Amino acid sequence: MLEIRNLHARVGDKEILKGIDLRVDAGEVHAVMGPNGSGKSTLAGVLAGRPEYVVTEGSVVYRGRNLLDLQPEERAREGIFLAFQYPVEIPGVNNLYFLKAALNAVRAHRGEPELDAIEFTALVRSKMSLLGMDQELLSRPVNDGFSGGEKKRNEIFQMAVLEPALAILDETDSGLDIDALKVVAGGVNALRSPDRAAVVVTHYQRLLNYIVPDQVHVLSDGRIVRSGGRGLALELEEKGYGWLAGAEDNEPARDSRLEARA
Amino acid sequence: MSTETRTIEALATQEYKYGFESDVEAETIPRGLSEDVVRRISELKGEPEWLLEWRLKAYRTWLTLEDPDWANIHHDPIDYQDIIYYAAPKRRPAPGSLDEVDPEVRRTFEKLGIPIEEQKALSGVAVDAVFDSVSVATTFRATLEKLGIIFCSFSEAVRTHPDLVRRYLGSVVPYSDNFFAALNSAVFSDGSFCYVPKGVHCPMELSTYFRINARNTGQFERTLIVADEGADVSYLEGCTAPMRDENQLHAAVVELVALDRATIKYSTVQNWYPGDKNGKGGIYNFVTKRGHCRGHDSKITWTQVETGSAITWKYPSCILQGDRSVGEFYSVAVTANYQQADTGTKMIHLGKDTRSTIVSKGISAGHGQNTYRGMVKIGRHAANARNYSQCDSLLIGDRCGAHTFPYIEIKNTSAQMEHEASTSKIGEDQIFYCRQRGLSTEDAVNMIVSGFCKQVFRELPMEFAVEAQKLLGVSLEGSVG
Ligand SMILES: Nc1ncnc2c1ncn2[C@@H]1O[C@H](COP(=O)(O)OP(=O)(O)OP(=O)(O)O)[C@@H](O)[C@H]1O
Ligand SMILES: [Mg+2]
Repeated sequence: MLEIRNLHARVGDKEILKGIDLRVDAGEVHAVMGPNGSGKSTLAGVLAGRPEYVVTEGSVVYRGRNLLDLQPEERAREGIFLAFQYPVEIPGVNNLYFLKAALNAVRAHRGEPELDAIEFTALVRSKMSLLGMDQELLSRPVNDGFSGGEKKRNEIFQMAVLEPALAILDETDSGLDIDALKVVAGGVNALRSPDRAAVVVTHYQRLLNYIVPDQVHVLSDGRIVRSGGRGLALELEEKGYGWLAGAEDNEPARDSRLEARA
Repeated sequence: MSTETRTIEALATQEYKYGFESDVEAETIPRGLSEDVVRRISELKGEPEWLLEWRLKAYRTWLTLEDPDWANIHHDPIDYQDIIYYAAPKRRPAPGSLDEVDPEVRRTFEKLGIPIEEQKALSGVAVDAVFDSVSVATTFRATLEKLGIIFCSFSEAVRTHPDLVRRYLGSVVPYSDNFFAALNSAVFSDGSFCYVPKGVHCPMELSTYFRINARNTGQFERTLIVADEGADVSYLEGCTAPMRDENQLHAAVVELVALDRATIKYSTVQNWYPGDKNGKGGIYNFVTKRGHCRGHDSKITWTQVETGSAITWKYPSCILQGDRSVGEFYSVAVTANYQQADTGTKMIHLGKDTRSTIVSKGISAGHGQNTYRGMVKIGRHAANARNYSQCDSLLIGDRCGAHTFPYIEIKNTSAQMEHEASTSKIGEDQIFYCRQRGLSTEDAVNMIVSGFCKQVFRELPMEFAVEAQKLLGVSLEGSVG
């Protein structure tokens, strides 16, 4: 589904991704871990087409197409969904109105008819109960004044409605209470199917108890320095990133944020 | 600057769609302004002596006044001797008959989407069409006349209802009010007049559509609307002009009078030619609009969507004299390219328990400069007056500006005032977020702008909300309410 080869990217003059190779097949879930500043969000942003990142080398093929040729909205319509590490507030624009416009843009791209108000409401209702989403949040402007956790839930809610082929979750679990964590995991697992895939960026192996990954990758200084199975995440939690060859960061993964939020 | 910002700005600075010119034979008088010109205009219009006298007093007052310089706008000095003060299509119909309207004039309005034939008109909207200096057609007059509603061109009202015109003309905006009001009073050529009698609810929207066509002319129209006791009326105003390299002056005066329990809703979609991308050409829009809540429990609402003009200078205001009277001002002002707007309102509370609401939304893009200037005055006798003001600015790109000047003067301690203000910017992160969800940049900007404006748009009558939406290139669907 997704094949990244020797991907280099910079922002301004700073090279951040220094040769990433990653292959995600349909039906798989990949976890990406790594110390702060190692380039995880950059990788997610490059895949989504964030304009400030400039790809200097390498290629990304998504479902047989050169992904880097597509505009961000085309990638979205082709089924790529990014759950933002920091979801953006859009005051004045109603959450559901926004979501309806997004869904209809995707549907139009697929040659499907727009959903009318009744069909859309029915869809929203079913996803709401699946994710325990609060009605009140949905009637507010997009992310406007939402708490950190509410924003993350909203991302997952959007994902559930849009049903992307490739979901990229950037630290969606950070800052969530344990119930919300299960909701996020439930959202991802509900989408698991032989023709979909997910890339889950996280600092905490705990999430991976709920979303069991096929592979775990460790990113450090813009490179993938280790890939492995589920066990790698457990090992990381125990030993920190320091033990990995090539990792410069000696901060243990079990940092104080983890304790505080557990 | 990033490509995102450039696309956003390109969207905000779209081409002007109403810039065509019509080939209409015009009757004009020579350039320049003098007592003779004032007399000539009055004579061309066959006016009574008292009106000529009033014009002359206004002209003499104007000579003693100076261009206001306090507004946050910049332009080369206007040469008032280089303007043509009167232009009218040569072929003119007899009042009430459309057959003789110059076909080119008729086509112009059709092209603008303002049919001046009743059978083609929007149902429920009566139109007075003003082309350059004169009113060329007023629709649905018969329907309105049955209810005793007078809706006609200003010139006609002077002939047919001189007593009403004389009683109310200048009673809200005296000719000595300000430089541009004095100029207008001296040379105004036409406009709309409306009187709604006691207890009558006007069953349709009344509207005036102003079109400047002739070159080198100024447009100076006057609108006078009187709602007698218990009457109510909703009035719409729209305007466009051809694209020209030179600036053209538009200095209008609008006076509203609401007697006991009367309600007037006045809505404007102003889309005069704004000038080109480099700030060349465009209309100078210097307008005085004021409403007088003369009677108790009366209400006046101004709603404006200002997207056009190179310069906009206007402050639709309310004098809240009647006890429990209500004044409202809802405004969206857009400045793109090199447009400048200095606009806002004055709410003058004189009566007891008077209330006013101000909602101003300024949008700046390109090099646009957008100033909100508002005054709330609470008089000594205005016990328990209340005001709510909200001024929000939205910036698109980083070369534009937004400025807010609220003035408050309170002479009665029982007043309650509430003021909110905000400035925000359409951020690239917002646009990217929308695009990541599948929306185009254009849709994203429209959505954000429309969300920003919806408090004002929902005050507009339906037909105008549609127009305003088109003007901002905005899809309102669903985001309203
Ligand atoms: N727009 C930008 N301008 C300048 N530097 C940037 C920008 N975006 C990212 N960087 C830098 O690139 C590096 C990688 O950032 P990135 O956000 O990808 O890290 P991350 O792995 O997601 O970290 P975290 O775990 O803290 O979220 C950091 O040093 C960051 O400061
Ligand atoms: Mg990150």
